[in-house]
Amino acid sequence: MSDTATRSPAQARAAPGRSPRRVRPATLARVALVIVLAVLPLYIDTSLLTIGLFTMAAVVAAIGLTVLVGTAGQLSLAHAFFLAVGGYGYAFLAGESGVAGASTAQGLGLDPLLAAILAVIAAGFAGLLFSPIASRLRGIYLGVASLSLVFIGEFCYENVRSVTGGFNGRAATPFSLFGWEFTDANTLIVAGVPFGRFEKLWELFLVVAVLSYVFAANVLRGRMGRAMRTVRDSEVAAAVMGVDVRRTKAGAFVLSSMYAGLGGVMVALAFGRLTPNYFSLALSIGFLAAIVVGGLGSIGGAAIGAFFVTAGPLLITRYSSSLPFISDSGSGGYDGGKAAALLYGLAVVLVVLFEPGGLAALGKRLAGRRPARALTPAPSTGASP
Amino acid sequence: MTDFLSYLVNGISLGGIYALIALGFVVVFKATEVVNFAHGSLLVLGGYVIARLHTDVPFVVAVLAGCAVAAVGALVIERLYSWRLRDSNLNALAILTIGVDILLITELTRRFGPDILSTGDPWGNKIVDLGFAEIAQARLVGIGVTAVLLAAFFVAFKYSSWGIAMRAGAEDGEAAALMGIRRGRVTMTAWAVAGALAAVAAVFLCAFPTPGLDASVRLTALRAFPAAILGGLDSTAGAVVGGLAIGIAEAMTSGYSVKLAGGNLNDVVPYLVMLLVLLVRPSGLLGTKELTRV
Repeated sequence: MSDTATRSPAQARAAPGRSPRRVRPATLARVALVIVLAVLPLYIDTSLLTIGLFTMAAVVAAIGLTVLVGTAGQLSLAHAFFLAVGGYGYAFLAGESGVAGASTAQGLGLDPLLAAILAVIAAGFAGLLFSPIASRLRGIYLGVASLSLVFIGEFCYENVRSVTGGFNGRAATPFSLFGWEFTDANTLIVAGVPFGRFEKLWELFLVVAVLSYVFAANVLRGRMGRAMRTVRDSEVAAAVMGVDVRRTKAGAFVLSSMYAGLGGVMVALAFGRLTPNYFSLALSIGFLAAIVVGGLGSIGGAAIGAFFVTAGPLLITRYSSSLPFISDSGSGGYDGGKAAALLYGLAVVLVVLFEPGGLAALGKRLAGRRPARALTPAPSTGASP
Repeated sequence: MTDFLSYLVNGISLGGIYALIALGFVVVFKATEVVNFAHGSLLVLGGYVIARLHTDVPFVVAVLAGCAVAAVGALVIERLYSWRLRDSNLNALAILTIGVDILLITELTRRFGPDILSTGDPWGNKIVDLGFAEIAQARLVGIGVTAVLLAAFFVAFKYSSWGIAMRAGAEDGEAAALMGIRRGRVTMTAWAVAGALAAVAAVFLCAFPTPGLDASVRLTALRAFPAAILGGLDSTAGAVVGGLAIGIAEAMTSGYSVKLAGGNLNDVVPYLVMLLVLLVRPSGLLGTKELTRV
């Protein structure tokens, strides 16, 4: 009975936290993907690099949301707010006061790395402040209550001018690591390609995104992930099993808002500037669409969904001249943003109706593995996409 | 004092409109346990039809057509839901409506373009002097129409066979089905009523003194969410109480131009009020407390 050597491979796979010796093809594919992404800046132009930066920021934020909504079962529309806390937090902490220009925004002038870390913590703290409400409300009441954070946030972005710069927004200080700046100032030459701001940020973001992915996968595989899934399936059962329901919900909220905050910092760095209209309700809804299309509770699915929702509109706009039915923005036709929004709106409806596990479940089914289950990730391998 | 009274009348009229929208949320939630995030878009859809039609047909006909289209839009969501999702969890249902919302509002935004349309209501920008307060005529008519509609709804809810069937279904769906109540028909009616109410609300939401109808009215309509939550999502009376509370709070902060950090507080007052109430009463003022039985 205790002889682990006689366990079948299926049992070994089902055991959480214990990886089989053999490297799985899926892992290999992921490593290959990361390597391809790492060398990609050598080949693509700046506008594609920018799209990639925004996508990687969205991937990190979407991973946070899928943990909250998919794994812990807490519907939240407040994600845009926590992104804003991270983004503005970074801009405020790292920015200089009284910079030349008409900007009224203040800043503390901290080291960018320290500012980024503090901004992520601030976003987590904002999540913690909201959790007394979050942990008392059941799913659907929470969804609506979280809506209020988006609107209260919009009010703050426009009016707390010393931090946010008001309606016109504020600039974000470029990132630097131990004095080494991620700008065009100290351009490296790698394999004959000049590595400027976008190329350097690309590599930085890739590292951050991979770490976020691995961290979330480990959280979901471990004790906290199991607690969250139990709370999602039945709060009573969770409480009976000794899971502190309130604490688990609050923990999920804090973790998710820290991910959102990190995504916000990345947006600030990629954009170089923050404006209030970016963090609107549409952003929250976009993230929700991303994780639903990808498959709720699946981290890999969240990454694919974030790519779909973030890069989709930008890519369609970029190649609009060679795509049928797409017109320039402002002409009254379907421009890139609208065409992509219609596509992912439709994808959300179809996924909810026909494949509640999203692309993740679809991929598994095509690969001939377990059948899809209604809006729940696979129980013990929930971390795998 | 006259200021106060005029703000109060304005608040009541605004609150009545919110109550109509909130009632849509509540009716749908009671019948099907779905929180309809597409409600704001349905409202804009109804308003859009009215705005496009009123130049060709009489205003009343345009409004009826708007109600019909919004009701059909709501029915489409209802059919999708009962086709495949009847017993799924609440989050999945809410997400379905969010998907429909994305589709509807994207298409409507494209159709509006940069235009702000008028619904062609016959009251225009006339002002009525009540002696103690001056108020836009549209607002006054709004109070009247809202009162009539709400009264009609509550009478129907209490006495008509549809109302009884719906309350029975909300109480215990299975028992209701065993008594021969056709759930499908009840829920379809509920969604259609919600859609039609939203279209009526669109007329008054976009009437003078607001600038008119464009896709951003959806966000104004979402302010009825706090009203519905405040009263309790499963309480029809709560929708009216919540709507009035939110409307009056908004009119007061706007009237006295209460400012916070330099911004007008009336933009966020509905949400602040909702958060405060939810902290104390997690299921709203008049909502049923959720009991957990093991």
